[in-house]
Amino acid sequence: MNIIETSHLSYDYIRHDEEGNVEGTTRAVSDVTLSVKPGQFIAILGHNGSGKSTLAKHINALLLPSEGTVFVDGMDTREEGHLWDVRQTAGMVFQNPDNQIIGQVVEEDVGFGPENMGVPTKEIWERVEESLKAVGMYAYRKYSPNKLSGGQKQRVSIAGVLAMHPKCIVLDEPTAMLDPNGRKEVIRAARALNEVEGVTILLITHYMEEVIHADTVLVMDEGRVVMQGTPREVFSRVEQLRQLRLDVPQVTLLAYELQKSGLPLPDGILTADELTAELTALREKQERKAKKEKACH
Amino acid sequence: MSLKLEHVSYLYGTDTTLPVRALDDICLEIPDGQFIGLIGHTGSGKSTLVQHLNGLLEPSEGILSYNGRNIWEKDFPRKELRSKVGLVFQYPEHQLFEVDVFSDVCFGPKNLGLSKEETERRARRALELVGFPEEFYGQSPFELSGGQKRRVAIAGVLAMEPKILVLDEPTAGLDPRGRDEILGQIAHLKKETGISVVLVSHSMEDVANYVERIVVMSHGKILFDDVPRNVFGHVKELEAVGLAAPQVTYILHKLKESGFDVDTQATTIPEARDEILKAMKVEKTC
Amino acid sequence: MLRDITLGQYYQADSLLHRLDCRVKLVGTLLFIISLFVVDNFPGYALAAVFLAVCIRLSKVPFRFMVKGMKAIVFLMLFAVVFNLFLTPGTPVVEFWKLKITREGIEMAVKMAVRLTMLIIGSSLMTLTTTPNLLTDGLESLLNPLKKLKVPVHEVAMMMSIALRFIPILLEETDKIMKAQIARGADFESGSLIRRAKAMVPLLVPLFIAAFRRANDLAMAMEARCYRGGEGRTKMKPLVYGKRDFVAYGVLASYLAAAVVIGRVLPI
Repeated sequence: MNIIETSHLSYDYIRHDEEGNVEGTTRAVSDVTLSVKPGQFIAILGHNGSGKSTLAKHINALLLPSEGTVFVDGMDTREEGHLWDVRQTAGMVFQNPDNQIIGQVVEEDVGFGPENMGVPTKEIWERVEESLKAVGMYAYRKYSPNKLSGGQKQRVSIAGVLAMHPKCIVLDEPTAMLDPNGRKEVIRAARALNEVEGVTILLITHYMEEVIHADTVLVMDEGRVVMQGTPREVFSRVEQLRQLRLDVPQVTLLAYELQKSGLPLPDGILTADELTAELTALREKQERKAKKEKACH
Repeated sequence: MSLKLEHVSYLYGTDTTLPVRALDDICLEIPDGQFIGLIGHTGSGKSTLVQHLNGLLEPSEGILSYNGRNIWEKDFPRKELRSKVGLVFQYPEHQLFEVDVFSDVCFGPKNLGLSKEETERRARRALELVGFPEEFYGQSPFELSGGQKRRVAIAGVLAMEPKILVLDEPTAGLDPRGRDEILGQIAHLKKETGISVVLVSHSMEDVANYVERIVVMSHGKILFDDVPRNVFGHVKELEAVGLAAPQVTYILHKLKESGFDVDTQATTIPEARDEILKAMKVEKTC
Repeated sequence: MLRDITLGQYYQADSLLHRLDCRVKLVGTLLFIISLFVVDNFPGYALAAVFLAVCIRLSKVPFRFMVKGMKAIVFLMLFAVVFNLFLTPGTPVVEFWKLKITREGIEMAVKMAVRLTMLIIGSSLMTLTTTPNLLTDGLESLLNPLKKLKVPVHEVAMMMSIALRFIPILLEETDKIMKAQIARGADFESGSLIRRAKAMVPLLVPLFIAAFRRANDLAMAMEARCYRGGEGRTKMKPLVYGKRDFVAYGVLASYLAAAVVIGRVLPI
């Protein structure tokens, strides 16, 4: 069974004028059909306003579809009776590290979710410990969140969601406000959860280098999914990504430029190692050819 | 006309047992019309340094002078200095407060005591420089998109017509499109006005394409102060302080290690492309 | 600066006072304050001072840390002392112009100063040894009976705890916005009162907007983590009385009794 399944999902924001009358609607998400299998790492790319955050909020039932359906682990998010089960199954981490930590001590914050779910005290402590260890923040359990760096705060937020034992975690631009080191920390933590604990991850971001390891990349624009595939497939379409004014990893871009200048390189090169290997192979081929030609002369 | 820092240090928490040296013996000169990148990771002291430049913080040691005059002299007009050295903070859109865009941009020049005409002329010019469309001048700044808000906030500082514009991470939190637009606009206004621009960032890639000089900070000290290609040559040292050279530099280093004859000092993609093509062609003709 | 106020700040240490149940500390602080107002002679104050000194000792909080917190309230105290010094009728000791200082006035002023000092140190001792979160937990637990009267005790406690979490963040934000506006030529320090009040607008508007934005984000984050009010909630750190807490209650009761006897009943 798919952990997340949306079918023809659309969502309209209602605009109000100053008196509070309905002025019109803006379609933020438009006809998105998507299925995610348990244990997958899915990345969603897109600009601000592309509808990616709106889509994310549907998976946690913070928003309900205007049209179409969203199923989380077989539960229809529109059914009120499922609300809390849906939120527990699909946890969510938000963008601003300061605005989602409720506790004044790290461990108390991580315990907040289980407390709300009515988990017995002893088990809360076990869950807090294992969650903090999973994101590498156990040593900071007695700290005040105000004393942590941005990346550490986001890892605490992830632990807070993890302690609710979700099957899936939606990370809504968790790195947008962090510096490069913080960004690396958070992505590393998310990948570890996916690989070690088998948690399904939905990562929403606009940083390309964060999606290289995903199983599937979705690119959204104006509320629609416009590209979908493995990172390699998506990044091999450099021109289309450029039209969407999205970043392409510099290695990919360089390989693309070399390709355009006539070097026979394959599409969608993602790492510096790959590029080096390809260029070395190419050079050897050329050398052999040159030798052969020399021999002929 | 320049801003000069001589052996500036800044300590805080001096009343506690563990005072922290946020700036440690900084010597730096910002001449007219230069485009400078100030790079450092979080906590390297770059934000503290920036707040010294317009007199928001007073150095614990050392001298900061503007046009040869110590700005902490008793009767130095520091309020005027703040209009000469414009400082745009991180997430500057958080300081917007007026009912419409135009009045908000007028706030700075109005505080300088300028006439209404001059204030409005400056505000108009500043908004033009950041590429803000005129039809939205009357709109509430809170209804704009993130990128537009930031333009308005930058215009708010520009309207004071500073000689040096300092921007503390102007692209933080923007998406790639917003980031490219803002950086492009800053490069444009730099060209248009000829003022000095100091761009504070933790991203080498962002800065590499625009600036003519890079100052790297770490632990409150200046580590490098040179043209970009020389600074990026120190890949290992940069890594050691938690910074990364542009990806292009890495690729070229890798290629060099694998026996390609490339110049590792190239910093942009077109430069790197030409280097690689050259290296490949040489093999071909042999 | 606002940040120097010790009141409401937690000092991390491992001491007997830190380990005591927060309800004991809350009740204890209340009893101590009551004792200060019951007591009306110097032996009584001496007893209170000794009691307080023992508590400070047990808390392992450095004394200078507490004194630092006093600075902010010195003005208020001076005011109370001066007020008492000059306006208490009785036998004059010193007289000049229209003012006179009476013997009763001096006594009253000294008492007031002693009372206020001990009151502030006593209550900051509680906040220094109890995390704000536990404090709200303790309050919630002590006020629980009010739930029957439909008082939203849980909600109020949650609000308090969130407010405490965000105070440092908002202070930092205030500082940042202030600097940003100063960089735009704003002047918060000079001019008439009205001008200064007007100068606050560029500070307060962004601050309120930021606070609302944070509140909105936080509400969403709490909902996403299944928060739905106090019902059905369990506690990670439930409040359980231990043996030492009952002992502490005993000590408190005997202190109060002694204070009443020495300070009120026994006077010479």
